[in-house]
Amino acid sequence: MTAAVHHIIALIFVVGFLGGIRLMRSPRTAAQGNLLGAACMLGAVVLTLVKHGVIGTGLLWAAMAAGAAIGTVIALRVTMVQMPQLVALLNGFGGAASAIVAAVVLNGDAGDLNLFSRLSGGLALAVGTVTLSGSLVAAGKLTGRLRPRPVVLRSHGWLTGVAAAATAGLALAVAFMVGDMRVAVSVAALVAAALYGVVMTIRIGGADMPITISLLNSCSGLAAAIAGFAIGSPLLVATGGIVGAAGLILTQSMCRAMNRSLMEVLSGRTTVASGSGAATESATVDPQAAPRAPGSEPPAEEGREHAQGEQADLGTLLGAAKTVVIVPGYGMALAQAQQQVKQLMDRLEAGGAEVNFAIHPVAGRMPGHMNVLLAEVDVPYDKLWELDAANAALAATDLVIIVGANDVVNPAAGTAEGTPIYGMPILRVADAGKVIICNMDTAPGYAGVPNPLYEDPEVTLLLGDAKETVAQLIALIPR
Amino acid sequence: MSELLLAILLVVATLAGYKIIGQVPSLLHTPLMSGMNALSGVTMLGALVATAAAVSTGSALLGAAAIVLATINVVGGFLVTHRMLRMFRSTKLVDRQQDDQ
Repeated sequence: MTAAVHHIIALIFVVGFLGGIRLMRSPRTAAQGNLLGAACMLGAVVLTLVKHGVIGTGLLWAAMAAGAAIGTVIALRVTMVQMPQLVALLNGFGGAASAIVAAVVLNGDAGDLNLFSRLSGGLALAVGTVTLSGSLVAAGKLTGRLRPRPVVLRSHGWLTGVAAAATAGLALAVAFMVGDMRVAVSVAALVAAALYGVVMTIRIGGADMPITISLLNSCSGLAAAIAGFAIGSPLLVATGGIVGAAGLILTQSMCRAMNRSLMEVLSGRTTVASGSGAATESATVDPQAAPRAPGSEPPAEEGREHAQGEQADLGTLLGAAKTVVIVPGYGMALAQAQQQVKQLMDRLEAGGAEVNFAIHPVAGRMPGHMNVLLAEVDVPYDKLWELDAANAALAATDLVIIVGANDVVNPAAGTAEGTPIYGMPILRVADAGKVIICNMDTAPGYAGVPNPLYEDPEVTLLLGDAKETVAQLIALIPR
Repeated sequence: MSELLLAILLVVATLAGYKIIGQVPSLLHTPLMSGMNALSGVTMLGALVATAAAVSTGSALLGAAAIVLATINVVGGFLVTHRMLRMFRSTKLVDRQQDDQ
């Protein structure tokens, strides 16, 4: 196969990847788009094996079979609640693979590389390793193996700067070394990059994980693209660029939805408030506090019994509402209450109400997380409203039911200057007639800012595990 | 392919990707992300070439490890994306399925 033929076929596959993403503009065609991408990837593998005349090499097939088997098991076993940590982990694997490719090319016996390839090899090694170690920390925070709150070391900013400079310096130095020195400097670059990834991510709080994993997604694409430069592969360069762009778009969209800059997130300034005393104080609350994991005891004063009269009121409220909007948050996922929420929707609809869902872009732990959780329990996607559409409709809504969401509906975002959520666009649930809140407790959310909704007379609080409180609501709906 | 052409390719692919990906609704951002996981596994092509060219056992083993990791990305990424995308159904489809049961 001539190089020209290879490049033309490679370009066709790249266009195929882009076409696949284009089909993801609509949920009706998205699955076809994904299949198109998978078919192009298979084609690219065969093309590469044929071009290099290694289609009969057993080691390659054995390694691919092992990876495919592990990938299949992971993909079939993961639950939708666990998607954020899966994506974080896969970002890390992609980065690691690119880093290893760079290391093998740099230090292997593939012959002499030109300066350009050596420089890109060093960079790919560094970016891939940063992606790996950063993703492992992110996955650890998402699974709860590491504490999700920001870890700020003494002179953290200084440490980050030194690690970044050392990583960049060593990655470039690799290109100018020969023989054993190159191996040694490669290892040093790897260690520096791993450290940099860790110090960068440990001070990012749990609430900023949607931004973090979007950014690491971008990095994994970047690592592949740079590795592509090192080995002169147009497929790696173009596809890596596409992934890098996707991660960038998601990062921007998440930052916009939280009204914060990437620099603020990376410096961990978002969870430790610098403004009013109240916010600073509550920022020291364990970020897991709200929504608290199911099973933990709610504070005594909040565990009060609901009076009979209040129950009857709730029943009337649920029976009378003609238009209902449900606002889900990560608390719903923690309590595994999606099925109950779907039943609530069915019962309200059976009573003649129109039910829709308002999805804040940063609800959950990754972009679009709530949509997947609700789609899994057969909530039709045309009922899942985005922020602007929901806010436009909330004033004409009789009843809002909040399930495990706090910061994304906190009106303090408009008033509490100097707090992490100040200026963040929220779902304006107070515009609706009545509000029922099914949250674990009234503690401030991840951002640590008290929610004035809890004091609002139009708001009914139902505290406890969302699975139980939503079931209570279902039982109260008049038949 | 020359370095300059590769650099141009990177810019063009990134811009085209940026334009097309920006049109994916936030409804599908989770499957978009896992799909991008799958695409970033494209580095398995590099791993295949590096492993095939490796002479020393150490390089071959490292390369094979890279193939395993990248293939997990590719296969796991596409498969989990497919699983998710099949869950997204419109009101009409959901109603029809419930009628069938």
